[in-house]
Amino acid sequence: MKKKVLTVDDSRTIRNMLLVTLNNAGFETIQAEDGVEGLEVLEGCNPDVIVTDINMPRLDGFGFIEGVRRNEKFRAVPILVLTTESDAEKKNRARQAGATGWIVKPFDPAKLIDAIERVTA
Amino acid sequence: MDMNEIKEIFFQECEEQLAELESGLLKLNDGDRDPETVNAVFRAVHSIKGGAGAFGLDDLVSFAHVFETTLDCVRSNKLEPTQDVLKVMLKSADVLADLVTASRDGGGVDESRSRSLVKELEALAHGELPSSSGHDAPKPAAKAAPAAKVELPKPSDDSGFQPIPFSFDGFGEDDEPAVEGSLYEVIFKPRRELYSKGNEAALLLRDLSRLGEMSINCDTDALPALDRMDPEASYFSWKISIRTTRSEDDIRAVFEFAEWDCDLEVKFAEEASSNEELPMVPVPFDLSILDDSSAGEEETASERGASEEAVAAALSAAETASNVSRAARVAEKKESAAASAAAQNNAAAAAAGAGQTIRVDLDRVDRLINLVGELVINQAMLSQSVVENDATGTSAVNMGLEELQQLTREIQDSVMAIRAQPVKPVFQRMSRIVREVADMVGKSIRLVTEGENTEVDKTVIDKIAEPLTHMIRNAVDHGIESPEKREAAGKDPEGTIKLTAKHRSGRILIELADDGAGINRERVRQKAIDNDIIAADANLSDDEIDNLIFMAGFSTADKISDISGRGVGMDVVKRSIQALGGRISISSRPGYGSTFTMSLPLTLAVLDGMVVTVAGQTLVVPLTAIVETLQPEASAIHSFGANQRLISIRNSFCPLVDVGRVLNYRTTQANPVEGVALLVESEGGGQRALMVDAIQGQRQVVIKSLEANYTHVPGIAAATILGDGRVALILDVDAVVAASRGQSMKPEMSLAATG
Repeated sequence: MKKKVLTVDDSRTIRNMLLVTLNNAGFETIQAEDGVEGLEVLEGCNPDVIVTDINMPRLDGFGFIEGVRRNEKFRAVPILVLTTESDAEKKNRARQAGATGWIVKPFDPAKLIDAIERVTA
Repeated sequence: MDMNEIKEIFFQECEEQLAELESGLLKLNDGDRDPETVNAVFRAVHSIKGGAGAFGLDDLVSFAHVFETTLDCVRSNKLEPTQDVLKVMLKSADVLADLVTASRDGGGVDESRSRSLVKELEALAHGELPSSSGHDAPKPAAKAAPAAKVELPKPSDDSGFQPIPFSFDGFGEDDEPAVEGSLYEVIFKPRRELYSKGNEAALLLRDLSRLGEMSINCDTDALPALDRMDPEASYFSWKISIRTTRSEDDIRAVFEFAEWDCDLEVKFAEEASSNEELPMVPVPFDLSILDDSSAGEEETASERGASEEAVAAALSAAETASNVSRAARVAEKKESAAASAAAQNNAAAAAAGAGQTIRVDLDRVDRLINLVGELVINQAMLSQSVVENDATGTSAVNMGLEELQQLTREIQDSVMAIRAQPVKPVFQRMSRIVREVADMVGKSIRLVTEGENTEVDKTVIDKIAEPLTHMIRNAVDHGIESPEKREAAGKDPEGTIKLTAKHRSGRILIELADDGAGINRERVRQKAIDNDIIAADANLSDDEIDNLIFMAGFSTADKISDISGRGVGMDVVKRSIQALGGRISISSRPGYGSTFTMSLPLTLAVLDGMVVTVAGQTLVVPLTAIVETLQPEASAIHSFGANQRLISIRNSFCPLVDVGRVLNYRTTQANPVEGVALLVESEGGGQRALMVDAIQGQRQVVIKSLEANYTHVPGIAAATILGDGRVALILDVDAVVAASRGQSMKPEMSLAATG
């Protein structure tokens, strides 16, 4: 069965890249544009793994991760943070919020797939 | 979708982000301190950097990074966004825009400018952060670096961050157990947080096993009896011996995601042999289970998994149902096949968020608008032929036709609304022009915009940018005085240019006001006399003098600068505005500034017109130009001069313009009493009475460009097809009025009688 990935990113460019990369790698991809939409979509899509940006309007990545972790049904889903944020503070905040791992941009398809493989069985 | 298409999307997105960036910076400049504004500005630069990195646009990435770093200082309140700071940032936004353009279209950017801005930005970022200013090394290089480089340790950046590189690049190659290499002993004890963050001990061990040959021993001593077991607690720890050619850092890198949530010991144990010294009872741990299914690998995990799965199964049934219905509703709402396809494709995403937009190729919209135009014409023709052929007119048919007419009109309005866009992007471009030109001429000028969300047809927007640019340059160069002069006149040394857009009676009104010196009427007048534009003894009102600047070959700048050009300025502006069916005028108060007012149609596709007859020809007069219509009485007509006539309306005189004469439809004056006068407002503000023979009615017509299909005809703006299938010409009121002031149109340009 195809693994399902939920991606949350406000950049249309990155969304498209994620979509192409993940589809090519045989994942089913569901996309949301910010944290609020991500939480809405989450209920309906049952993802195996979530990839999220940090800097987003309405609800940022930290808030989104906390939201997922609070959700009884999805709190164990691995969440990868995909962001150019490389400063330690942001990464730590993401971890505190409950992120499973992270991928440092620039966006590299191989890195992304590897990281997903790494946190999913 | 391939990378090129995504790149195209990236550049589109850059445009949007740049607009966002600029408007945010301008808001900050106006004193807005809303954190969300700062965030939006930061996000814009951040997004551009993110995308640029993915495409390896290194110049763009490095500049964006420096910019972003400085913005981050503002975001974290380390740097106060003063006017001076924002000035640098606005310039940086311009350079960023240039870099985007250069990345897209090739070509270079002003290297020295961007370099000096980088320095300024860095100074800003460091000025407030002296403690962390030790590293000048541009960090973006690291980010833009190809994947291979990621493994190299990088210098910490300003924030003291030490990027922890991880890479799986080499992992696959190590499938063969390394016979050589050092032996390490790893003790790994996860805490419960590790699991609650979605990490999985077994997966980490799987990753570790790829580094070399290893043996795993699981310590299960801490596992309590089943009844006392917390399903989410962590009870196991592992002791691993691994022989690998990799370094200790590589081993630690495997646990990168988990390092916070476990106790990890990695010891170099060169001579140790794997089984001798184990203090605990070895429990062989089989990782192969991972290959079979995603079921839990350890008891606690599987328990947790089982309970979750049960709940999940129950919930997912309900959810699928709701999901389907949501998708169905969305599909219903959006009637087009494309929309429903999108909904199917991504039901969840489509269902979320009501204020959604879709991007459509402009060609498709244009095609739709053309088709609707044809529909309108066709509907009019149908109505007409029904009326003509069926004098009795069964009411059912007539009612149906009326409904059809209403529907057609509604469709047309809705379709036009698709192409309507706010003038914001054009206005934003102007602020950059103001900055640059003001810099060039050494003036300090603020651009204030208002009503930038006013919507107008995209075709109009595309065409106003150029004349507007010209006018802005003029205002900066000629309108606003130098700071010294302004101060001498007791004004704020910083000049203000105000750009306003608003809707007024079916047109868009764009005003450009400066608080400069205003028009120097004496000089304008003298210049006009010198250039033979007016007679030396001409008696002109102030308004008329002001409007002389729109005449061809007029420039009052004492010295010609490279900014506003060689006097080709305002007459070109005027002509291009007129070509859009618009009008432009100026009003000026000496010492207080000038205001240019442009009035433009909201669309170039349709127009409400009055259908009139002149010398047997059917013409359409744009309704927006008409103030009132009246039947002249003989007593109100007064002649003066050889062949000029005036009509008196409510105690004021108004020149009478015989449209038939001006267009050379006839050679003799028509008798005003037999016709109808249309009182129109011409662009100078004055009123004229256009004489036509009769009014046929009022209707919406679809504009067909004459230039595109034939050639420009003086006095005629465009053509249309009437309900009876005949072509009618749309009158260019301003041109006709202008022509009546001088002589009639040149004979060789006169209209051959049409159809």
